[in-house]
Amino acid sequence: MNGKAAAAGMEAEAGGARRRPSFPRLRIEIDPVRTGSPWWVPIAAVAAALAVCAIFIAANGVDPLAVYKKMLTGAFGTRFGITETLVKTIPLLLCAIGVSIAYRISFWNIGAEGQFLAGAMAATAVTIYLPDLPAYAALPLMTALGIVAGGLWGLLTAVPRAYFQVNELISSLMLNYVAMLLLDYFVFGPWRDPGGLNFPGSPMFTAEQSLPAFGRTRLHFGLVFALAAVLLYAFTFRYTRWGYELRLIGSNPEAARSAGINLNRQLLFVMLASGGLAGLAGMAEVSGVAHRLMYGISPGYGYTAIIVAWIARLHPLGLVISAFLFGGLIVGGYSVQTLGLPSATSEMLQGAVLFFVIAGAALGRVRIRRVK
Amino acid sequence: MKEPYAVEMRGICKQFGSLIASDNVDFAVKAGEVHALLGENGAGKSTLMSMLSGVYRPTSGDILIRGRRVNIRSPKDALALGIGMVFQQFRLVHTLTAAENILLGEKTSVWRGKAWMRRKMEEIGAVAERFGLKVPVDRPVWQLSVGEQQRVEIVKVLYRGADIILLDEPTSVLTPGEAGQLFETLRQLRAAGKTVILTTHKLREVMEIADRISVMRKGQMLKTMNRLETNERELAQLMVGRAPSGALKPEARAPGKPLLEVEGLTVQAGRGHTAIRNLSLTVREGEIVGIAGVAGNGQSELAETLAGLRSWIGGTIRVCGREWKQASVRTAIESGVSHVPENRMKSGMAGSLNIVDNLLLKTYRQPERSRFGLLRGRKNRDWARTLVERFDVKAAGLDTPVRQLSGGNQQKLLFAREVDRDPKLMIAVHPTQGLDIGAAESVHRLLLGLRAAGRGVLLISEDLDEVMQLSDRILVMFGGAIVGEMSRENADRERIGLYMAGLHDVAEEEAS
Repeated sequence: MNGKAAAAGMEAEAGGARRRPSFPRLRIEIDPVRTGSPWWVPIAAVAAALAVCAIFIAANGVDPLAVYKKMLTGAFGTRFGITETLVKTIPLLLCAIGVSIAYRISFWNIGAEGQFLAGAMAATAVTIYLPDLPAYAALPLMTALGIVAGGLWGLLTAVPRAYFQVNELISSLMLNYVAMLLLDYFVFGPWRDPGGLNFPGSPMFTAEQSLPAFGRTRLHFGLVFALAAVLLYAFTFRYTRWGYELRLIGSNPEAARSAGINLNRQLLFVMLASGGLAGLAGMAEVSGVAHRLMYGISPGYGYTAIIVAWIARLHPLGLVISAFLFGGLIVGGYSVQTLGLPSATSEMLQGAVLFFVIAGAALGRVRIRRVK
Repeated sequence: MKEPYAVEMRGICKQFGSLIASDNVDFAVKAGEVHALLGENGAGKSTLMSMLSGVYRPTSGDILIRGRRVNIRSPKDALALGIGMVFQQFRLVHTLTAAENILLGEKTSVWRGKAWMRRKMEEIGAVAERFGLKVPVDRPVWQLSVGEQQRVEIVKVLYRGADIILLDEPTSVLTPGEAGQLFETLRQLRAAGKTVILTTHKLREVMEIADRISVMRKGQMLKTMNRLETNERELAQLMVGRAPSGALKPEARAPGKPLLEVEGLTVQAGRGHTAIRNLSLTVREGEIVGIAGVAGNGQSELAETLAGLRSWIGGTIRVCGREWKQASVRTAIESGVSHVPENRMKSGMAGSLNIVDNLLLKTYRQPERSRFGLLRGRKNRDWARTLVERFDVKAAGLDTPVRQLSGGNQQKLLFAREVDRDPKLMIAVHPTQGLDIGAAESVHRLLLGLRAAGRGVLLISEDLDEVMQLSDRILVMFGGAIVGEMSRENADRERIGLYMAGLHDVAEEEAS
């Protein structure tokens, strides 16, 4: 119904009909039945983003095709590139699943970055305060604490929203800065490595505190976490009672309420899970890649994950693909620096992709018709 | 030469996606007449009106206004042609006064001082007076009754210089008394030479007010005739496509034990407004209790409270002898209360989910539907398939999002869900709103089936015919209380109307 009304409101005004009867007019209509957009929209969005960014790259005096080729080979062309891409995929995928769960019930958690950091800090706390634990105790404890810390950080957004109607967009974003400052406090203050030449980071983790790696690569056990999380995510929404309840809330909260579902309680559970996954990503990053907590531990994984989730439209398989592509974008971004471009080029691409995906989702329902 | 029609539509087609809302419609209205566009919900009346008022544009076909071919591309174009529309849902800003609402579209003057306002108030007053419309121009709209708000809308249209006035379902929100006043206004408009087109599905009104009548069904224009040459029976036949089956008659049946006992119920809606005050009622086994009343007199709140969705501040609710301690949907579901809400897509269904998921809504916790926290996928699909067949829901498949079903099929699905649970008590709110006769009849059959099986039904409806046809007892709600009660035998339309309008004294007098 609203679609029809909106269609009327959006009719393109092209001057009075009686005054200019021969002018061919286009009419913009919103299809009232259709929601969502065709499957190819994310792909088209990526293509459009590449095209637009090409203009800016060319303006920098560099051949955009060469840049894209360099990014492609840098990210996917070599064994090292691919494993690096996978290393970046792990936190992106975990955080993206986290935000996807929240987005499924229309809870706009943009605080994955903060939840990631909370998980990273909690895992590091184990290495600081219980430095001598053996691997079989240290790693599970770090994993559990990382998840719990991320989940609690998520609850800091969910509780005010559930009981005091505090807008989650603002609170989750603000809590990111809180987490960042907390990180700074720890790495510049009490947890700073005394032998680290003033480097803002904790002491290096021991082998007992590090997630095992695959062979000699930097690819670590976190990949198993991430893939397990995708499967669990897909399975939960498809087959479980809880997943059904969440789908119901996402589709129509009023109907969910009349099915006897406690919306506030579900919100808390969802944010525990959502933050917990981001927290797990943080744990995996410190324990599997950096082997220490340090200043700037996340290059914005929590934010990029939002884009990853949107491109995937929260679809499990889509999440895997888009997380991998965005991992490649980050790695490829490093390699274009040799061409004299800032590594921010890849951030520009990320932003442009999100922009076009959102535009595509909005325009997917619009039809342009010729009017006689 | 013959005088041209005020409005003429030729071969109008309008498509929304695959839905054909107007199918080659020819429609003509003479200047200075009151023309009724009659048809069921969904027959295409409102679409036709919307095309005249510039909200939609026809897919094909011509519109002629006073003999000239025009292209109405926006409500502004329509107004320039002297066409004004009073929508079913009023387009008023509640916090502004009536006069401010009327002047909203005014663009002639930048400076709006006191003198300007005084002058405008006089103009509005003059327009209102000319047509005998009493409008309290300086009161904010939210303080006005529905009838008064409608008059504001009419004055707004007149003030803007319309002489072809479209009214979409003007009486659907009015009490019988207010409807009478509206008709008086329409007669005055006609006397002043205005052309009036109104849509309705109520035969009684058509026979009372219209000069000529056009009947639509399923997007097609069937016939236009003079009122004097037709009668209600013929119109009803045209409208429904067959003679009304003399309606389903419930068999006489002695009600059994009380299922629902409500005593002294008081419920507050937002901002300290008391929606229900000290209300008591009983529904027994094998009984349909109908609640009549104009919308907004506490019916929705009553239904929500009994469905466990709204808490109460006083009184007791007992279902099957067990008292409810607090508002809880789970309690309501588990004690066998089914609820068909008034707006099915708003609170009864999840539009983007498929048929199976929507059927599961109330029962997914039961062991037959899920165990160990997992839904029993295949079993649920089989069950859903049998329900879809049993309740004759027409859908492309079980995976169709319910949003894509027609209103009638959505309602059938909802009833399938609520009836299949074998409820002890069914609370049905406007169960046939927006349904065609066929779908409405199957809904009525379901309600009577529940009654025959010894279940209790609380039927809340604005459709008086429906309430009177199905109910064993009729209660009338006004101002959050039950102001009148009648058994089926001594139910009387006039008296119910008086109760609905809050005129209990008159009603009691008439009764005695």
